[in-house]
Amino acid sequence: MNEILTVSALNDRIRTLLEKGFDLLWVEGEVSNLRRPDSGHVYFTLKDAKSQIRAVIFRSPYAKPGWKSPSGFVVEEGMGIVCRARLAVYPPRGEYQLIIDTVEPRGIGALQKAFEQLKARLEAEGLFDKSRKNPLPFLPSRIGVVTSPSGAVIRDILTVTGRRFPSVDILIAPVRVQGTEAPAEITRALADLQNIPRIDVIILARGGGSLEDLAPFNTEEVARAIARSRIPVVSAIGHETDFTIADFTADLRAPTPSAAAELVVPLRTELIETLQTLELRMNRHRRREAQRLRDRIASLSERLRDPKRRLAEIRIALDDNIDRMRMALSHLRKIRRQGLIHLHVRLEHRNPRTRIAQMHRDVGSFRERLRTAVERREQQWKNRVRSSMALLDSLSPFSILGRGYSITRRLPDGLILRDAGEVTTGQEVDIRLSLGSLRARVAGILREQ
Amino acid sequence: MGKEKFEEALEKLEEIVHRMEAGEMTMEESLKAFEEGIRLARLCTKKLDEADRRVDLLLRQDGEPVTRPFAGEDREPE
Repeated sequence: MNEILTVSALNDRIRTLLEKGFDLLWVEGEVSNLRRPDSGHVYFTLKDAKSQIRAVIFRSPYAKPGWKSPSGFVVEEGMGIVCRARLAVYPPRGEYQLIIDTVEPRGIGALQKAFEQLKARLEAEGLFDKSRKNPLPFLPSRIGVVTSPSGAVIRDILTVTGRRFPSVDILIAPVRVQGTEAPAEITRALADLQNIPRIDVIILARGGGSLEDLAPFNTEEVARAIARSRIPVVSAIGHETDFTIADFTADLRAPTPSAAAELVVPLRTELIETLQTLELRMNRHRRREAQRLRDRIASLSERLRDPKRRLAEIRIALDDNIDRMRMALSHLRKIRRQGLIHLHVRLEHRNPRTRIAQMHRDVGSFRERLRTAVERREQQWKNRVRSSMALLDSLSPFSILGRGYSITRRLPDGLILRDAGEVTTGQEVDIRLSLGSLRARVAGILREQ
Repeated sequence: MGKEKFEEALEKLEEIVHRMEAGEMTMEESLKAFEEGIRLARLCTKKLDEADRRVDLLLRQDGEPVTRPFAGEDREPE
């Protein structure tokens, strides 16, 4: 390998290697060379008989409000500790060190391991399953509290439950919450409470303490007692950051005893409010419904009066109709009568008797007219005959004959001869004279020019 | 009144109000429901109005569980 690295590059590589190569570690050792600069961080060397490593606890975990090492201890020079850390390289100085986030006094390590093992076993068994969790009652009648009968825990629980809902009864099952007797007492208390009437929820509580202090709540015995409980169990053990096996097994985990009391007991004032709201809604609805029904009844009774009114209306309408009918009828009758008269007139007009009379009259008049006409015509004829006779008289050839003229006719046809050419010699002629006629024969013809 | 009774009463009351408001009832039913609702509301109120509670200790006497009044309760710190 002939690559030449700068120091920075080398340290960078080392950093990558170390920081990636080690995950979270649990390390055990003794504290030495402890320094607490003003920054608030804690620097020391962690060592054992053969080796040592630099370590730092940054201020932040301590500064977090409410944060405490589980057992509440402070790291001191010469102290044996178990810590959880990750490995970090500090390139400016080419050093690597542990950055610690959890510190416990030495000896807890075994406890911690036992805890993890028990937890894993019970979890695998299904003891922590959500399906095993029982729901809490809405409003408990009587709460069983398994805890120490003295101290802040029971006082907090009594205060909070009393404040939230003053009429919920409490039955305290006094137990020791630490020490070797504790698990058995807790287990028996849980079992006893199962048979007490009206207990419908149990609070299992303990105040904060070291990991050893909380040990009873990390026992299989207590975990199984909780799991056996038919009554829902709410756990409130140690500080908010502490999780015990009991917490995992309980039906509900509360961060603190006060919180457990709050979870178990509803707020009376809220219930009163809910109830009042419901009553209000119900009353309002009833009033509205009653009003609606009243309105409906009013409208119905309004309509109930209707028939009477309608009867009057019908009566009036009936009268009206009758009037109109009468009027229509009389009108019709009038029209009919007029029509009849008309027809009568027209019929009368066509009365044959009238016509016959007329005809009689006509015939009479015609006859008269005929008579007068005939008479007139007779007179006319008479007159004409008379004048004609006179004229005839004057024109009569016979009268001329008297004056010596004669009329010659060709025989046999009788043609009156005006031209000598109209006859031939020898032809017979008739010559009419004033008195009588001559039968003659044409002897000769003389033609005049 | 037990807890079931209170919770059931409250649930019943809620249901009655819902049903009334949904307008699914006949007048007869509605009146009956209202009466029932008032009864339930009184029942619940009565429970809410109760002020006293018993605080007891569960002890063992001759191996049998017994209860004794708890003397250690500080009267309500108010």
